[in-house]
Amino acid sequence: MAKVVLSCTVNSEPQQIIIDDRDSLADVLRDKLHLTSVKKGCEVGECGACTVLINDEAFDSCIYLAIWAEGKEIRTVEGLMDADGEISDIQQAFIDEAAVQCGFCTCGFIMSSMPILESDEEYTRDEIRKQIAGNFCRCTGYENIANAVEKVKEDRMNNKK
Amino acid sequence: MSIGKSIKRVDAFEKVTGRAKYTNDYQINNAYVARILHSTIANGIVKSIDISEAVKLEGVVKVVTCFDVPDITFPTAGHPFSLDPKHMDIADRKLLNQRVRYYGDDVAAVVAKDEITAARAVNLIKVEYEEYEPILSIEDALKEGVKPIHDDYPDNILAHSSYEIGDYENAIKEEGLIAFEGEYETPTVKHCYIESAVSYAYEEKGRTVVVTSTQIPHIVRRVVGQALGIGWGKVRVIKPYIGGGFGGKQDVLYEPLNAYLSKIVGGRCVKLNIPREENFVSTRVRTAMKFKIKSYVRPDGRFVARKIELYGNKGAYASHGHSMVAKACNAFKQIYQDEIATKGDAYTIFTNMPTSGAMRAYGIPQITFAVESHVDEIAKALKLDPIEIRKLNMMKLGFVDNGIKCYCNGLEECIEKGKKYIDWDNKIIEYKNQTGPIRKGVGMAIFSYATGVYPISLETASCRIILNQDGSVQVQMGATEIGQGADTVFAQMVSEVLDIPIENVHMVSTQDTDITPYDSGAYASRQSYVSGMAAKKAALKLKEEIIAHANFMLKLPLGNIDLERNCIVNKKTGEVLCSLEEVAMHALYNKEKSVHIRADITNQCKSNSFSLGVCFVDIEVDIPLGKIKVNKVINVHDCGKVLNPELAAAQVHGGMSMSLGFALSEHLIFDKKTGRPLNNNLLDYKLPTVMDTPHLEAQFADTYDISGPFGNKALGEPPTIPVAPAIRNAILNATGVSFNTAPFTPQRLVEKFKENNL
Repeated sequence: MAKVVLSCTVNSEPQQIIIDDRDSLADVLRDKLHLTSVKKGCEVGECGACTVLINDEAFDSCIYLAIWAEGKEIRTVEGLMDADGEISDIQQAFIDEAAVQCGFCTCGFIMSSMPILESDEEYTRDEIRKQIAGNFCRCTGYENIANAVEKVKEDRMNNKK
Repeated sequence: MSIGKSIKRVDAFEKVTGRAKYTNDYQINNAYVARILHSTIANGIVKSIDISEAVKLEGVVKVVTCFDVPDITFPTAGHPFSLDPKHMDIADRKLLNQRVRYYGDDVAAVVAKDEITAARAVNLIKVEYEEYEPILSIEDALKEGVKPIHDDYPDNILAHSSYEIGDYENAIKEEGLIAFEGEYETPTVKHCYIESAVSYAYEEKGRTVVVTSTQIPHIVRRVVGQALGIGWGKVRVIKPYIGGGFGGKQDVLYEPLNAYLSKIVGGRCVKLNIPREENFVSTRVRTAMKFKIKSYVRPDGRFVARKIELYGNKGAYASHGHSMVAKACNAFKQIYQDEIATKGDAYTIFTNMPTSGAMRAYGIPQITFAVESHVDEIAKALKLDPIEIRKLNMMKLGFVDNGIKCYCNGLEECIEKGKKYIDWDNKIIEYKNQTGPIRKGVGMAIFSYATGVYPISLETASCRIILNQDGSVQVQMGATEIGQGADTVFAQMVSEVLDIPIENVHMVSTQDTDITPYDSGAYASRQSYVSGMAAKKAALKLKEEIIAHANFMLKLPLGNIDLERNCIVNKKTGEVLCSLEEVAMHALYNKEKSVHIRADITNQCKSNSFSLGVCFVDIEVDIPLGKIKVNKVINVHDCGKVLNPELAAAQVHGGMSMSLGFALSEHLIFDKKTGRPLNNNLLDYKLPTVMDTPHLEAQFADTYDISGPFGNKALGEPPTIPVAPAIRNAILNATGVSFNTAPFTPQRLVEKFKENNL
């Protein structure tokens, strides 16, 4: 065990954080940066509630050692709101499609859907479902979550045309 | 007007931005953390515990064992306290237990400066046990001469209840009756809320404060007081946002131990986060049940007399006691009525298995699986349409049982809608006489479910509404938002009664027993019905107060003005006289008669209404692979007036998904010799993922329940009742094979298909 300095970018801000080299990225984001959108549901990479983007790829941050994030770019739900307080289309879609219930899995799902939404590729509903299958939800039966992601994906693709 | 509109959740913005704070999200400086040592035997006693190595570890603050805790047993059920000693919940566990009753029982705990140290210290504790033979099944528990799990229950039977309507023995003598017998079994399953059980406790001004993820803050307060032997007023419980409960948090879990651990370190803050693997076993599970049903039926399908024997596997501790099994047994005589007689016997049996407690729909998914399987067997044998036999026997409008009434009955409408969506009549013909490895089938099931717990238990709820200077209100409910959307419908109710915009209703979502009024909590699908009555009553009272002050302010006689569209208006002409904001400002700041307009009421509910519904499925069965694909599934509910269509549908989706898991994949598995759990994690416990879940169709009957505050009755739990039996019946339709044990895993399907030479 040793204290080390982690240098990385979190939600576009450069960070230098003193951490324990055994810390998970989830714990560092939660405990050091107070980014509580990163939820811990199992701490062994099964539930997906702690999903964040690392260099634009979705990871379970609970089984990602913080030291591996050195030099990397991390994104969490807190980074999706713009400077004026406007939330992103995918957050709004979760509200509009009634895809939120207890909310504990919500932020993880939003981050898991980001690579789909930011991709230039088309995704079918089945492909969307496959991409977010690493996240568990017990409240919604996934119906409205899949609807929300599908809707935003469609809108974004249409806007590109 | 807000009722009946798809108002967005009042907490959705907080939740999609990550701002909603759950128990584990509060930053506490220098909080200690605790971990529990669970027993590695299922039955026995702790002879000694050696903590010498554990206490030497740097960072360990305190180690306590079952030999240190107060000699107080306490109950844990999320039931209102009963003043009648005969109806009190069973107090059968201590904070830590020397007598070990299941694999995972709590025998010691460590308080440390960090989680890693606490976990390592737990591993250094050495326990010497005297081991008894584990009693893992109902059959083993009932064997003669078995050592009782609780001394107070020498035959391991927690309770036996029975009823007989009509004369069963005489009824079955009728000539020409056809007898049917069946045995059915449902598994041990887990709620799998995504936020594991978690709490923290500290002392403040000589009082104990517990912040916890619970459905029942006011009950937690009482039980912490009971368990620690302190005045209940010395305990304060705070409930922040909750990451799902489903009945699993309708039990007092580790809050008393957490409070105790804080106490023994001088009231310092101690956090107790139950890891997922421990959470699976050492909190509560759904009661596994076994059923024997015998029915005497006329050739036209009319039920003349039926009887049921029901055994519930209670596990190690009483928790909710016999109530789940008794409720399941009662449902047998509710959804269908026999022409002459119905008989029921229900037993709750202690075993050395994890403690079973409440889980979404409280025994009714289990009994409905048995009854609806049984009805399809009868229909098949008598060559009757499964729908027609149900219509002939099912609950009718006005039916009353145990004080619960069928105030409105949309079952026929539910069936028609489900039938249409699934194209039932055509599919029944299309799926006849299939051969080959892939076979299709349709199936359906119906259910009834009570709304709340009247008259078995007290139904009391409170609401406080305060008028702000700008004419908005804040609403404090004792009722608990746990994800189901209660706060949103309460806001709709208050907005409806006061006729003010929904955005002017501010819900206080955090329950704090020092501040919020009393309510028993979130369970029994009671919130919109029982607590909704309180919200309505408080809003009506507030309206009265507002109008009374407006009369004073405008110097007008009583009875001529009303509160409409956020204004005080002339009742006759609708002319606007002033805004609600003006009344609110005047009320507070005028120098003649300052009043702070508020309403603070309690409502005792003395009615109960049957909520009804149906599920239809269209599936295909891959016989060689033992795989079931659900092509179409629909739930149709008669929940009275639908308060918020989109949120109601979302609630139905979640219940359907849970029931799909109950049918196809979910069961906790234990080593048959030791009782050690084998799949207590989210990887091996097969919770449905989005890939396992088909499109979930939710529809509603158009009914209005006169007993509900806004025409509504239960919807929270019912969606999770009918899907599993509908799937079971569709397998029967597809393959002709009867599966009477859930879940229908590939292993079980293949074995049984082979037995049947398919």
